[in-house]
Amino acid sequence: MYKNVSIKYALDWTTVFYYVALIFMGWISIYGASYDFDQASIFDYSQRAGMQFIWILSAFAIAGALLLIDSRMYNFFAYFIYGFAIFLLIVTIFAPRSIAPDIKGSHSWLVFGPIRFQPAELAKVATALALSKFMSSYNYKLKNWKDLLPLGLIIFTPFALIILQNETGTALVFLAFLLMLYREGMNGIVLLIGSFAVLLFVVIIKYSIVPIQVDRGTLGMVLGMGIILVMQIGYAIFFGKNTKEALYLLLGTSVIGGITYLMNIWFYVSYNYVAIFTVVASCIYWSITELFYRYKKYWFLVLFSFGSVLFCFSADYLFENVLEPHQQVRIKELLKMESNLTGAGYNVNQSKIAIGSGGFWGKGFLNGTQTKLKYVPEQDTDFIFCTVGEEHGFWGSTLVLFVYWLLLMRLLRIAERQRDTFSRIYAYCVASILFFHLAINIGMVLGIMPVIGIPLPFFSYGGSSLWGFTILLFILLRMDAARLEQQR
Amino acid sequence: MINDELQSRRYVVAGIISAVIVLYILRLFTIQIIDTKYKNGADSNAFLKKTQFPPRGLIYDRNHKLLVYNKPAYDIALIMREIRGLDTLAFCKALNIDKQHLINRLEEIKDRKKNPNYSSYTPQLFMTQLSSADIATIQQSMYKYPGFYIQSRTLREYTYPFAGQILGNIGEVSQHKIDNDDYYKPGDYAGRDGIEYTYEEQLRGEKGVEILLRDAKGRIKGKYENGKEDVAPKAGENLTLTLDAQLQLLAEKLLTGKLGSIVAIEPATGEILAIASSPTFNPGILVGRQRSRNYNSLLHDPTKPLMNRATQGQYSPGSAFKTLQALVCQQMGGITEHTMFACNGPQSYPVKCTHHHGSPVSLLSAVEQSCNPYFWNAFRSTMERNGYGPRNINFRTTYDEWVDRVKSFGLGEKFKDGDLYEQSRGYIPTQKFYNRVYRSEKGWRAITIRSNAIGQGEVMATPLQMANLMCAIANEGHYITPHLNKCDSMLKKIHQCKVDKKYFPVVFEGMWRVFESGTARASKIPGIDMCGKTGTADNSHGKPHAVFVGFAPRVNPKIAIAVIVENAGFGTTYAAPIFSLLVEQYLKGKITRTDLEERTINTVTNSYVQER
Repeated sequence: MYKNVSIKYALDWTTVFYYVALIFMGWISIYGASYDFDQASIFDYSQRAGMQFIWILSAFAIAGALLLIDSRMYNFFAYFIYGFAIFLLIVTIFAPRSIAPDIKGSHSWLVFGPIRFQPAELAKVATALALSKFMSSYNYKLKNWKDLLPLGLIIFTPFALIILQNETGTALVFLAFLLMLYREGMNGIVLLIGSFAVLLFVVIIKYSIVPIQVDRGTLGMVLGMGIILVMQIGYAIFFGKNTKEALYLLLGTSVIGGITYLMNIWFYVSYNYVAIFTVVASCIYWSITELFYRYKKYWFLVLFSFGSVLFCFSADYLFENVLEPHQQVRIKELLKMESNLTGAGYNVNQSKIAIGSGGFWGKGFLNGTQTKLKYVPEQDTDFIFCTVGEEHGFWGSTLVLFVYWLLLMRLLRIAERQRDTFSRIYAYCVASILFFHLAINIGMVLGIMPVIGIPLPFFSYGGSSLWGFTILLFILLRMDAARLEQQR
Repeated sequence: MINDELQSRRYVVAGIISAVIVLYILRLFTIQIIDTKYKNGADSNAFLKKTQFPPRGLIYDRNHKLLVYNKPAYDIALIMREIRGLDTLAFCKALNIDKQHLINRLEEIKDRKKNPNYSSYTPQLFMTQLSSADIATIQQSMYKYPGFYIQSRTLREYTYPFAGQILGNIGEVSQHKIDNDDYYKPGDYAGRDGIEYTYEEQLRGEKGVEILLRDAKGRIKGKYENGKEDVAPKAGENLTLTLDAQLQLLAEKLLTGKLGSIVAIEPATGEILAIASSPTFNPGILVGRQRSRNYNSLLHDPTKPLMNRATQGQYSPGSAFKTLQALVCQQMGGITEHTMFACNGPQSYPVKCTHHHGSPVSLLSAVEQSCNPYFWNAFRSTMERNGYGPRNINFRTTYDEWVDRVKSFGLGEKFKDGDLYEQSRGYIPTQKFYNRVYRSEKGWRAITIRSNAIGQGEVMATPLQMANLMCAIANEGHYITPHLNKCDSMLKKIHQCKVDKKYFPVVFEGMWRVFESGTARASKIPGIDMCGKTGTADNSHGKPHAVFVGFAPRVNPKIAIAVIVENAGFGTTYAAPIFSLLVEQYLKGKITRTDLEERTINTVTNSYVQER
């Protein structure tokens, strides 16, 4: 049976309300950020806020148009759209500079006369659609290796192409799909291992410059190995229920540490090698425990420990050789390893000052001085949240975060009420992408994430990103509205 | 619903999202409510980074005479928001501008299309490059004009009003340069043309920065952390040029009223002693506020004073080329020192002789007398050394060898390892060129390209290349890339010429006889053995160009010179005296033939040349 439900009733107006609210607050903030003493109107098209007004109107038009398209089209055309997006990404890389100009060292824009846009924005939508289609296909299983490979390719292809465009920040957004994959059955251990890897990386890098007893090793490596041992002990106690073995290990480690310290009084012994030796020894210990006592619990722990040791070794290399110098500096700045308030740390420091100076109530609309004086760079794009923090204070920033939270929760609810897998997966993709942008952007402004230049959804100035997020969201709303159409 | 067993994971996802948002709210709470550091700091933590411009490196000549140095200059900046009750009349009077200019300038600053970084809170440049005299009046009354500030800078100042094209000048940096080099910010200055351009990175130094604190109204509250983070500017490196100021001065003087150029090089080192191009201009007029007006007038002058004829002008070398021809033809076996050819004077065919001398002529007297038929015959016998062969192949191979040997003397290509900005390459026609012009590989023969024999026709060289050719001959088969920066690394750029040493003496002898009994005997300086060669280069613009090339003294040459006076007539009459005077100045340190000097200076060959 097929029931035609008017879009007016079926549309999720709550989401639309949050969407419009965020866009409106963003617009006000852009006006505040680019406001000048002698500037007249929020509608002045020569100013940023006036331009944003045009972007907003056109975004609404796009949203309206998307609602008129039959929702089944997306499922049907998912791979075509994906292919087209990939094609545009390739074109952007290889096209002559007349249609794909260099803008601040990256070539990620396509320019056709007065129209310019970033194909990467389309790639997000297209990848979400392609993933949804692929994963909702009949007989698909996430745990199946044969299915995992194309899945990886769908995510990796646009990721790699965007890296080639020198837009590392935008490329990282594709990591957001991990959250969706988790919901769709990926082992949760992947997320845990990922978090653990970040922890190890931070410790190794941050303390790699701290020497122990002048030249007897570095704190980073020793702490890294220490964390691995702590994980082993925790695992043994809480999962293996082998408290006795765990205590032996703890005792052994302390003894080795003590002996090394004593030996260092007379000889030269590197703490680094001792620490690595200890972890290797512990692995052997757990293997023996498993073999002799047939516990069958520790093979994973041994594998994990070896992996971690290898990761510790490669962390330094990754940092020095794979990351670009400006990325290294941003991470060092974040980890407080070096501080150059007039150089790489300038943005974040200024942004923290601007937000911090807002206090509880803020300085009031258009009264922010830090953002006015253009101390905060990119204050109407990537650092737009500063203006909110400065002018509207704690309550205003919290309100914005709260609206984002409401929107994301709403999206999860929409996702779970879908009847077909395709639209549910797509909904999770949308939520994941928005969440990733939010977490990175506001984390950066607050100084708890490295500086990665990606916009705040619906807030930051710029047509390309606003259109991108609008398309992303309204395709979902159209699918959601169609859930009432098919009554089987 | 579907996938039920995984549905509970929605709570984990929601949990992660909520946790992050709660974490951020806590962080906001910390920096906005708990931490007072930021609250109090906001007013005083606003930096104003004031760039401290380094003084540019000084430029000396080879005898450590100061040529280019710095003088203080001032910019007037304004902060739009701080301007209060401006007394426009007094202000304009103090700065010596009219009111309309003030209004236009303020509009320009506010126009974001022209000035995209405009903010009414930050300093904007109002007027630039004012001299101390310009701001003398306003400096005392500056307090009357809140919102206006004086910033200091440095400008170039020149000891001598010469070598404008070579020294180059300084102008506002182009957008292209700003995009490609992080050092530059809009409004900065950078070297344009000449030495200032080539050695920009060495001369510019390193900018310093002074970090000031400002309050919310933009008022300056003092230095950030008492200047701990300030960086002092580092002055640019000084530069010693190979130029000899005295010689350069004379060279430019001798070219007064003429179009032309002079290049003098020390053969043993490749150091350029003088490089003059006329008409020229005083580099001092391209400094400061009058710069753009003067620059425009130079740009539109029909005699093209901005063009450096010494490196960019391309001329047929004319008879000067015969010296090289004599060497290459010997090397390739077309002639020997003793080969004689008949000369029928003006009746010779296919190349006429413009001089009157005996027949047959030897190589020696051919160089001395500049005998055209001799060099045509020598060229032909060289080119036809192996006959023409099928499809002209033997002839073309021989021609390629000739081109290769001629080019080994630095002709036909720019000096790519040198430090002269804006060179022309000159031209030595290639086989490909003739194949195209004559439509086939068989379409041309020695006779078709006979003008090459005497340095006319397609052969082109810049004065710099001609002077360098003289160096290569003076050195008997090698040259060092001509350069302006006096430093050891430049001396290592040695180029071997593809002619053996044993072929040079006869050319030396011939060139020496040019002064003893040949075309330039009137320009001989008693007591100095000089070698030279006159040239008279036909061209399509009127009278032939007078050319003179040569070096002196004959043993251990100290100076090699090329002189070109455009549309003057015979090389003997116009170019040779200039050569002679320059040699005397350089080798003897002074000029005794003051009447000759005066006469040369007063000779005007082009009445459009203006002195600037």
